[in-house]
Amino acid sequence: MPQWMLPLDLDALTGCLASSACLVTQTTSGFIIGMLLFLVAVGLTLIFGVLKVVNFSHGAFYMFGAYFAMTAYQFSGSFALAMLCGAAGTAILGLIFERVFMSRVYGADVLMQLLVCYAFVLIFDDVVRMIWGPEFKSMGMPAAFQVAPLFIAGGVVPPYYLLLIGVALAAAVILGLGLARTRIGKVIRAAAHNPGMVSALGINTGLIYGGVFALGGMLAGLAGALAAPVRSLTPGMGFSVLIESFIVTVIGGMGSILGALIGALLIGMIRSFGSLGFPLFTEGLMYLFMVIVLVSRPSGLFGKEVA
Amino acid sequence: MTRTRKPGVSRRATLAMMGAGAVTFAAPWVARAQAKTIKVGMPTILSGRVAQLGTSSRNGVMLEIEKVNAAGGLAGRQIEMVIRDSKGQPQEAARVARELVNTDGCEILIDAEASSGAFAVHEVARDLGVLCLHTNSETSALTADPKQHIPNAFRTARQGVHDSIVGGSYAAAIAKAKGLKKWATCSPDYAYGRDTTGEYVTYLKRFAPDIEIISESWPKLFQPDYTEVVTKILQAKPQALYSCLWGGDLTSYIDQANIYALFSQMEVFAVNMADYTALTVVKNLPKGIHSGNRYIKTYPATPENAAWGDAYKAKYNEYPTNWSWENATAIMLLAEASKKANSADGKKIAEALRGLKIKSPFGADGTVTMRAEDQTLVGYAIGWGTTIPQEPYVPQVQAGDWKTIFELEAEWKKSKGYT
Repeated sequence: MPQWMLPLDLDALTGCLASSACLVTQTTSGFIIGMLLFLVAVGLTLIFGVLKVVNFSHGAFYMFGAYFAMTAYQFSGSFALAMLCGAAGTAILGLIFERVFMSRVYGADVLMQLLVCYAFVLIFDDVVRMIWGPEFKSMGMPAAFQVAPLFIAGGVVPPYYLLLIGVALAAAVILGLGLARTRIGKVIRAAAHNPGMVSALGINTGLIYGGVFALGGMLAGLAGALAAPVRSLTPGMGFSVLIESFIVTVIGGMGSILGALIGALLIGMIRSFGSLGFPLFTEGLMYLFMVIVLVSRPSGLFGKEVA
Repeated sequence: MTRTRKPGVSRRATLAMMGAGAVTFAAPWVARAQAKTIKVGMPTILSGRVAQLGTSSRNGVMLEIEKVNAAGGLAGRQIEMVIRDSKGQPQEAARVARELVNTDGCEILIDAEASSGAFAVHEVARDLGVLCLHTNSETSALTADPKQHIPNAFRTARQGVHDSIVGGSYAAAIAKAKGLKKWATCSPDYAYGRDTTGEYVTYLKRFAPDIEIISESWPKLFQPDYTEVVTKILQAKPQALYSCLWGGDLTSYIDQANIYALFSQMEVFAVNMADYTALTVVKNLPKGIHSGNRYIKTYPATPENAAWGDAYKAKYNEYPTNWSWENATAIMLLAEASKKANSADGKKIAEALRGLKIKSPFGADGTVTMRAEDQTLVGYAIGWGTTIPQEPYVPQVQAGDWKTIFELEAEWKKSKGYT
C-alpha cells in the first residue's frame, strides 16, 4: 500500500508542525473554517439559551444571508452593502419567523418545535428555489480582494480571510460585551433565567424573544454573506453548516457563547490539521472529538452542569 | 290543451343534425386512433441539489422531440413525453420507471437518471423488456459489464473510461513537455469520484510512467468549504493537480483556491470544468485550467453544433449542459432507428439501433454510432483544452483519438474480465 493511502500520516503532521510556513497557513485555515462556523453556532446557542428551543431551521438564515448578499452585490456592486443586506435581511426574517410561527410553539412539546422547524427548512429551501432558481450560483470575489495572498512567516494568508476573521471576531466581542455589560444584555440574561419574573417587572418578553431570534438570524445571515464570495450558493446550502454548528454547540455547551467560540475554533483546527495527519478520517475525527466531550463532560466544555 | 306545431327545427331535422354533429366530432377521433401517439416515459431528477441534471436533460429531449413530431413522429405516431421526478433516489427512479410503463402506458423509456438511479431503471427494463435508453449515466460498467447486458437497453451518454483514456493521454503529453512529475488529486468522496480518479491516474501513469502522486484529498460530496483541502495541496507543493469535482462543488473550490493563488502555482486538470453550468457561474475563472469537453458549442467547431447550442439558448435562455446533448442524442437516434425500421415498435427500433450511425452535431467526425456489441455510444466529440475567462471559454480543444480509445478500451475490458 502506498504511503498516502494510510489513514494516518504522522510525517505530514509533524512536518507541518515543525515548519512555520505550514503552521501559519493551516492555523489561519482553521480560523477561517472556525469563525464562520462560530457565527452560525452562536446564533443557535443564543436562541437556545434564551428561548429554550433548538432552532433546527437555523441553517436557512445562513442560506438567506448568502442569497441576499449576492443579490445586493449584483445590483449595487458594493461589497459593504451586500454584507449589510445579508445581515439586516435575515434579522428581519428572523423577527417575522419568531413572531408569526415559533412564538406559537414555545410551550409545546419538543417534537412539535422540531416539526415546525423542519417544515421551514423545506419551505425556505423551496422559496429560494422559486426566487433564485434551483441551479447553483456564485457571487464572485469583489475586485478589492482579488489580490495576491499575503505571506506571513512563509505561510499563505488571503487578505479576504483576514477581513472575514476580523469581522467574526468583532461580532464575538461585541456580543460578549453586550450581553455582559449593557442593560439590554442584562434583561436578556434575566429573561433566559426567569422569563416569568422579567415579564412581571413590566418588560415585554415577546419583544426580547423576537429580538434574540432576529440577532441569531442576523449572525447566521452575516456568516452566509461573508461566505458568499467563496462558496457556491444552492438551495439547501444551510443544512451541512447546520450539522457542524450542532457539533460546535454540543462541544462548547448549549447556551454558552464562549463555548461556541472555542468549539468552533476546535472544529476548525481539527479540520485543518486533521486533513494533513488523518486525510481519510478528518470527518470522523470531528465526531470522535464530540463523543469524547459528551462522555467526559455531558453538558459540553462550557455548558452549565445539569443537576 | 292543443299541441301546435311551431315553426322551426323539426324533430327529424334535429336528429339529423345531431347525427351529423356526432360524425364531425368523431372524425378526429378516428384519425387519432389511426395515428395513436406513442408515449415515452422519462424518469429524471427534477428537484434537489442536482435538479439541473433533470431540467437540462428535459430541455435537450424536448428540443429534439419538437423536430421529430413536426416531421411526422415515430413511424407516423406523434411522441408524447411523460417526464417524472425521481428526486435522485434509486428506489424512486425504479418505481417511477415501472409506473410509467405499467400505468401510463409508455412504450419507450428515456432513463435520464444519474448513475445510481440508472442501474435501478436498468433492472426495470430487464424485467419489463421495454426499450430503454440510458442518457446520463457515464459509469462504464453499465454497458461494459456483460452481466448488465440486455438487448433492450442502450446508452447515449459519454463513458468514464473513454474520458480517462483521453484525459490521461492529454495530461501525460503535457506532463512530459513541462516536466510535471509530482501530482496531487482532489476529488469528491463517492463512487464516481473514486472510480474516475483511479482510472485517470492509471492512464496518466501508463502514458507517463515516471509521474508520482504525492497527495490525495477526498472532500465530501457537496462540502461547503474546501479551505483545508486547498491549503493541504499548497503544502504538498505538487506540480500538477487533477480533480473531478463538478458543478457547485467545483465552483466553490475554484473560488476558494483562487484567493490562495493556487492556480498560479501548479497546472490544474479539472475534467468537469468545460461545461457551461460551471463556466458561466464562476465569476473569476482562472486562465489556463485544463478541462475535458462536456458540452461546448465551439467544439466540435462546426456550424451544426454552434446552431444547436444557439437554438437551445434561444429557447431556454441558458446554454446546454453535458446532459442536454446526451439526451438530445437519444431522441435523434430513436427517430433514425424508427425511420430505418419503419416502425414505432420497441423491439424493431432496438434491432435498428444496433450499429446505427447517424449524423450528429456532437460527433467527432459529424457522426455518432450506437456500437452494436455493447450498445453504447461511440464516436462522440471528446477532447481537452484550456480555459479563458470569457466566451468561447475553451478556444482550442485538442481532439481525442478514437482509434486509441478503442484499443485501450478493449484492453481495459479484458483486464476487468468483461471480454
